[in-house]
Parts: sequence; C-alpha cells; structure tokens
Amino acid sequence: MSGTLATAGSFRTKAFPARWPVRLAWIGLAVYALYAASILDVTWPRFVQGLDNGARFLDRMFPPNIKPDKLALLWTGMVESIQIAVLSTFFGILGSLPLGLVAARNLTPPWLSWTARGVIAVFRSFHHVIVAILFVKAVGFGALAGILALIIGTMGFVSKLFAEAIEEMSMKQVEAVRATGASFMSVLAMGVFPQVMARFVGFSTYQLDSNLRNSTMVGLVGGGGIGATLFTAYQRFDYDFVLTILMAIIAVIMLAEVAAGRLRRIFQ
Amino acid sequence: MNSVPTRASLPQGAGGAATQALSGALLIRNLRKEYRAGQPVLKDVSLAVEGRGITAIIGPSGTGKSTLIRCVNRLVDPTSGEIWFAGQDLAALRGKDLRTARRRIGMVFQEYNLVERLSVIENVLCGRLGYLPAWRAFLRRFPEEDVARAFDLLDGVGLGAEFATRRADRLSGGQRQRVGIARAVMQGPELMLADEPTSSLDPKTSVEIMELMARLSAERGIPVIVNIHNVDLARRFANRIIGMSRGEIVFDGPPEALEDHHLQVVYGGEGWLT
Repeated sequence: MSGTLATAGSFRTKAFPARWPVRLAWIGLAVYALYAASILDVTWPRFVQGLDNGARFLDRMFPPNIKPDKLALLWTGMVESIQIAVLSTFFGILGSLPLGLVAARNLTPPWLSWTARGVIAVFRSFHHVIVAILFVKAVGFGALAGILALIIGTMGFVSKLFAEAIEEMSMKQVEAVRATGASFMSVLAMGVFPQVMARFVGFSTYQLDSNLRNSTMVGLVGGGGIGATLFTAYQRFDYDFVLTILMAIIAVIMLAEVAAGRLRRIFQ
Repeated sequence: MNSVPTRASLPQGAGGAATQALSGALLIRNLRKEYRAGQPVLKDVSLAVEGRGITAIIGPSGTGKSTLIRCVNRLVDPTSGEIWFAGQDLAALRGKDLRTARRRIGMVFQEYNLVERLSVIENVLCGRLGYLPAWRAFLRRFPEEDVARAFDLLDGVGLGAEFATRRADRLSGGQRQRVGIARAVMQGPELMLADEPTSSLDPKTSVEIMELMARLSAERGIPVIVNIHNVDLARRFANRIIGMSRGEIVFDGPPEALEDHHLQVVYGGEGWLT
C-alpha cells in the first residue's frame, strides 16, 4: 500500500521548501538600503560628528528652565493644545459617524459608498502637518487651523475603521431586524449600532489619545498650541526651555493614555 | 396518488380577491428565483396556503425551501412571479409599502438571529420597530403597553422576567429561539415564517420549540409556514406537508398521506429509508 504512495518514498514533499520570492525580497531590501545610504551620505564619520553635536546640544538643555514666566508660557500653550485635541476629536468623531456609515458597502448602494470611500482616501492622503500647513494658509495662524487639520485627520482614521467595523458585523442580526418591517434608521438603532458601538468607542478614545500627540505637532507649522511655543523656543536657542516643554509633553501624553483607558472602560 | 400537482388546483382568478377570505392566507403564483441568470433555484412555484395551522415544507438542502420562504417577506427578491398576501402582491412592493407588509409577517430563523449585544427584552421589542418612529428606537423609549406585552410574551414563551435584562449572547440555543419566536409574535403578525427553526437545536429542544410554535399558532390563530428537514417533526406538528425537490413542489398533502415513495421523490434514493 505504502509503496504506491509517491509521498512515502524519497519523493516525499519537503516540509519547509525554499521560498525564493521571499529570499529575493529580503536581499533586494538589503541591497537597496546600502545603496540609499551611500547616496544620502549616511557614513560612520558623519554619524560620529553628529553625536558630538548632539552632546553639546544636550549639554545646553540642562538644567530645564522653570522660571515662572516660562512656566506661564508653557501652561497657556499646553492648555491650548489640549483644547485643540478635544475639540478636533469631538467634531471629527461627529463627522466620522455618518461618513463611516455611508462608506460601509453592506449598507449603502455602491455609488454612495465609493464616493464616501473616495472622500476618506483624500482625508487620509496627507499627514496632519501638511493638512495643517494648508489650513494655516487658508484661515491664518492659530488654533483654528490646527483644529481643522486634526478634524480632517480624525475623520480619515475613525470613519475608515468605523466603516470596516460595520462591514464585519453580522448581517444575520441586521436581516432579522429588517424582517420586522423596521425602517432604515430603526435598523441602525437596533441592529447595527449595538453591534459596532463598543468598537467605535475604542477607536474614538484611541484617536483622542493620538490627537493630543498630533496637537503638539500642528503648532510647529502655525496651528497653535504648545507646538508653537516649542518652535519659538527652538528659534531663540532657548534649549533649556525646549527641554521643559518636551518633558511636559511626555507627561501629558502619559496622563492621556491613562485617561483614555479609563474612558474606554466607562463606555464599555 | 397524493403528490397533487398544485398548479392545477389553484384558483385561477385574481389572486388578491381569492385570498381575501382568510387573514394570513398566502397565494404564490409562478414564483421564480435565479441567483445566477439561467439557473433557477425556484422553478415557477405556485402554492396556496390558507390561513390556519402549520404548513411544513420538507426537502433536501439547497432545494430552494429557504429561498421560497425568504421571497415571501422579500429578504430575497424574486426574479418573477406573484406573492399575494392581504390583498397585495408582495413581489411588487417597495419602500414604505414593503416595510408595512413585512411587519405583518413574523420570521423565525435557523440561527435565531438575535442582536447579540442587546438585552432579551430589547430583542423582543424589535418586533415593534415597524410601528414606531426611529427616534423611539434610538432612545429606547418604547410605549408602556409594548413593554408590558413584551414581558407577557417572554412569559408566554417560557422565559421568566429574570431573563429580560440578560444579554442575548448569554442564552442557550433553545432560549434564544424562544426569544426569536417572541420577537416574531411581538409584531402581531398575520403569518409566521420559520426557516429551519430547529436545525441548530438538540432533538428534545427541537420538539419543545415546535410545540411552542404550534401552541402560539393555535392560540393566536396565526398560520405558520415552516421549513424543516426533519420529516418526523413535520409529520408530528404540521397539518399539511409540502415536499420540494430541485426548486419544484413534488408533494402536497396531509401528513398521513406522506409515504415512503413520496420521500424517495423528495430526497432521492431509498437506502436511507429503513
């Protein structure tokens, strides 16, 4: 019996055959990395020289500057950043609900969902900082530009994930609600939202967390908040104040992570 | 010879007028469904169900039983044909008219299809959604009398009030199907459809679920059309059996008339009949 089986003799299939495409991909990646490094003058002496500069820079940062006038600046900037984060998250999520819903291919006709997907793709194409630059040009320096930029970012991220959550839900449950004669809105209320709400809250709190990070960054290009303060401090070579700001940002982000976790637990 | 060719025995006049007599009566004429063009799952099925008792549709898997039943409340859109119910051709309805017709037809599913993250009482109240504006559903502001009826019904299907606030995914299969039945009855339906309501349940629970449906059907005068592949259950609870094979009706008659040679026609082969 066993003699008739091709797999039983010396022709047995290898359990771990060589996968040449994978090997070639890794080799290609390594070769390209070396090539790019040589083009961009990424060399060892250059790195060592850079370390030297870095050491001098770090030296000038210590000790952190905690004079009252600087702390007041820090406080105003930080409060503005937090406001940017909260407002942009709130309005971004508000916009994501309908956009994500419309983008879900199992609930809306193709022309509508593909349009919504197009909008989301545009929102996601650019980094927050680039969107912020556009808004700074459009509405001027300040928090408004930062808020608008982060609303776009939030909608791009949350509505895409929301649409995916809706597409992954159980259509059987939706079908049963539909079979009772419920209208589309009632189906949403009792068949769709109960299935996706917990995940939506998860995305939203995560986005609040990352908007805090992002809000410190849009300031660098004129979008208001602590980023603006940081940028000014750099330009004036107030490296000791830069350190104070960086430490404050780290503290706020860590606090935000804890707070977002708490928020998630409350909603779920 | 009991495999009555149903088409000949159908009233040939205006379908609407013919089914007016009894509420819950259903008249299907030349119903055809092709999921892929040229490959019909239902081949011009015609069927009249007068408004009483349990009608069981038996037949092998993939023979179009489920499609037939889903065409009635239009979870599946038929390719052609008419479905007369309460003076309307359901096959031609759209939008609001369709939703109004759907709320008069309760449906029980094989996998219960409860909204898992909702509580039991919320699932039962889903049966009222066709009668309520959406804001009430969003805010869970159901009318008092609906809530009271939902509790009564829970009791009626053998689940006590202590189940009301339990989440649906905490229930066993039999309990879930009871909630599914309560949801369908909550609609105040004139007709109930059941798509393999016992196929996911153990034998004992299956009998209990069929007993429950038979009781509710008798008490409330709601006719039930049930897809079921368990011939014994069909014999025991139905007062009419319809055998389907390859998208066509091959037997139609009372359970006493169903004999082995009919089952051979319905399911094919004979070795399994012992």
